[in-house]
Formats: sequence, structure tokens, C-alpha cells
Amino acid sequence: MSVFEDVRKIIIEIKDLPEESITLESRFEEDLEADSLDVVEMLMSLEELYDIQIPEEATEGMKTVREVVEYISALLGQDA
Amino acid sequence: MLPRRVVISGLGMITPIGNNKQDFWDHLLHGHSGVTTIDRFDASAFVTRIAAQVKDFDPQDYISRTEARRMDLFVQYACAAARIAVEDARLSIDQTERSKTGVWVGSGIGGLETFEKQHASLLKKGAAGINPFFVPMYIANMAAGQISIMLGAQGPSGCTITACASGTNSIGEAFHLIQNGKAEVMVAGGTEASITPMGIGGFCAMKAMSTRNMEPQKACRPFDLDRDGFVMGEGAGMVILEEMSHALKRGATIYAELVGYGASSDAHHMVQPDSTGHGAAMAFKMALDDAGIDPWEVDYINAHGTGTTLNDITETNAIKEVFATHSNHLLVTSTKPSTGHMLGAAGAVELIAATLVLDKDIVPPTINLDTPDPACDLDYVPGQARKKSINIAISDSLGFGGHNAVLIIRKFAE
Repeated sequence: MSVFEDVRKIIIEIKDLPEESITLESRFEEDLEADSLDVVEMLMSLEELYDIQIPEEATEGMKTVREVVEYISALLGQDA
Repeated sequence: MLPRRVVISGLGMITPIGNNKQDFWDHLLHGHSGVTTIDRFDASAFVTRIAAQVKDFDPQDYISRTEARRMDLFVQYACAAARIAVEDARLSIDQTERSKTGVWVGSGIGGLETFEKQHASLLKKGAAGINPFFVPMYIANMAAGQISIMLGAQGPSGCTITACASGTNSIGEAFHLIQNGKAEVMVAGGTEASITPMGIGGFCAMKAMSTRNMEPQKACRPFDLDRDGFVMGEGAGMVILEEMSHALKRGATIYAELVGYGASSDAHHMVQPDSTGHGAAMAFKMALDDAGIDPWEVDYINAHGTGTTLNDITETNAIKEVFATHSNHLLVTSTKPSTGHMLGAAGAVELIAATLVLDKDIVPPTINLDTPDPACDLDYVPGQARKKSINIAISDSLGFGGHNAVLIIRKFAE
């Protein structure tokens, strides 16, 4: 599975949204109605899934799914 | 000026013997017990391996999946019971009603399962392992908070924590809020979900629970000489309390009038009741005074009746102090052999039981009372249910910390 697919699966789990409503362009707050705690929970799930550490300062200001996918992909040394 | 009158117009319950009014009442009436071997977690290492667990509970029958996953089980039970109570009352909380509707829901402990899981995560992963929803899922007031959000109820809300008296005290506080004009409608009750390793283990360490693991349904034996402690239960009970004219105006079905509330403290010991019963008797007397009722008018008491020696004797002594010669004419029962001890939910579920007794003029039996303790010599209705006209009923709860709370209901008449 690609990083995007993993992120999407976690967002579905947290927000109970239909798969097609989550795209790379989706904005957490405006499009997905995800608040800051939702985003923290998503990042914790990603840390667990990939056994990585995501420093808090790295994620501040991330507004879209794409930004998270690209950050994680870079951390894993993969293409997004 | 006389305080405003308050009626009970809706009942909701999630219990080990049923998640609706009909099942709950039928099992009580026929003396069934909801106590089984614990299957919620592996309890094989504990001296007590039995409890009264809620069965067939799916939170999504009452709340959405995304909401439910951010609620501890004690909040899920509370929201479910509140939803059932609101539907039972045929209450619609629209824009004009929102600000007049409040929520008061007690819990003895709060989100114990959440605490245990998050603590395990802390030990495993360090500080970063703690979920951002840990605190809001754990705190005991969140049942009231989430119910108010679910219903859009903007009146007073809160949570009274008095251990096993939490449900009774919370309903009493809600009663006062309506009496005093702070709300027209209150969703009030108690909730608990502590059948977890720490919950069971904690009470095992106190040697407070029955170890009759081979006979779960016979384990909780209030007023019986062969009792050996209480059995833990779980779930939630909610009542809809409503100012009388508010209920009459909308044509509500009124189960009973809530007429009195009394509360006192033993000021004696952390966990042992004052066995003279004097502390508990004070709460009974306060409630009777509050209701303007004489002791001889009372027909039925739904006792705390936990099945610990200290409780049963204390409670019997308290009843004798308050009711004197009338004690022998009272019917006194315990529903805990059926439901287990639902801790913070117990008082609420037992007020519901008392309300149904009043409504149906039938008193379900105290089961497992085979060999009466000579120190407990009241009419506990052993064996079979009994038909009797019940006009005034009492539910009392006694909590760790020496908290005593008593509610009195009366058949409704304008």
C-alpha cells in the first residue's frame, strides 16, 4: 500500500468518511472537519504503523493530506 | 412558597439484565440473575472471576461510530441510557427547550478502561504514547458532557461523585435544580464501567467481593447468612425528571412524582459504614421531612442491599431506627443479586426499579435469600414476587466515604 492509502485508511477510521471524499488535496480542517486532536491522533497512528517518530515541530502548519503524505514518504525514503 | 413539583416521565437503562424497560422488568420479576463468569478480559488470576456484565451492547445503536470511539464505555452506556430515556419520555428538545433542559449524571470512577490502556501505552512507548483523547475520555463528568452535546441540552449539567451513591445523589441534585426553577427538564442518573483488571483487582484486594466463582448466579446474597461479599455490575440508568406542569402540558406519561431527597454522611470511616445505621437513618429522615411524609406512609424500600455483612446489618438498623414498628410492614428488596452492584449507576437503576414497582404494584423478590441472617429481620420478599398496592417507595444508596442518599417517590396525582 502507498503512504497515501495508509493515511486515507487512518482518516476513514478516525472520521468515518467515505473513501472517495479523501484526496491528496483534502484540507484537514475545511474539507475533512478534522480538528487538531484528530490530526494528532492520525499522526500517532502513522508513527505506530511505520514505527517512526514524527517530531511535533515538523507537523505544525500541515494543512493538507498531501503535506503529511510527502513528509512521511520523505522520512521513509519513498516516492509519495 | 412551596417548591415546584417534579415528576418522572422517562426511564432508560443499560443493565446486565436488559437494555430496555421490558427485559429489565421481566428479569427482575422472575428473579433472574445477570451474573456470569467474566469474559471481558482474562480474570483467571483474580480471586473473584465473576461479574454482572452488560450483554448485547452495540454503541452504534445509539451513537455514531466516530463519537463512540472517543468515549469510554461508561460514557457509551450513559449516552445509550439517556437516548432510551428521552425516547421513552417522547421528549423533543427543540430550540425553545434546549436552555431549560439539563443533565446530571454521576459515576463512581470514570473511564477506568481508558486509564488502564493509556497507562499501558505510556509504559510501552513513553510520553508520546498517550492519546490526545485520554483526558476527555477518562474524566468522570464526561458522561454528562457528552449527553448534553448529544441532546443539545444547554441547561445546568454536572456530575456528583459519591461512590456507590453517585446515581442517587445526582438524581437528588437534579431534583433540586427543577424544584428551584433552574431547569424544567433534567436527564439524571448514573453510569459505570469498571469490570476491568484494575476495577476487579482493586475490590478483590479489599476482600469486598464474593468469590463464589462456581455459582455466579447465587453469588450475590443480600441479607442471607451465607453471603460472602458483593458482585460487581456495570451499566447506566437515566430518568427524565420534569417540572409537573411542563409534563402535563405536553401530555407526558407520568410514572411517579419525585417527592423527597435526603443526604447525610457517616463521618465514621473510609469504607466501612457506621453499623449502628445512624448515619444512613439521618438521610432517610431528611428525605421524609423533605417530602412531608410520615414513616408509616411508606410501602416499599429498594435497599442498597449489596450482600456484604456490614451493609446489610447497617441498612437494616437504619430502617428500624427510622420506621420503628412500621419496619415490619415495609417490603424491602435488593435488586443487586440480579444486576450486580452497578456502583455509580446502582442508585439510578434502583430508582427505576422502584418506579416500576410503584407503576405496576408488584414487588420483585430478593433472590438468593435462602437462610435469613438473624440480624436482618425485615420482610425482604424472598423467593417470589409479591402483589401489593405501592403508593410511596424509597430508594437508598450508601457509598464509600460514608455518603448516604435517599430518594422518595409517590404515585402521581394532581
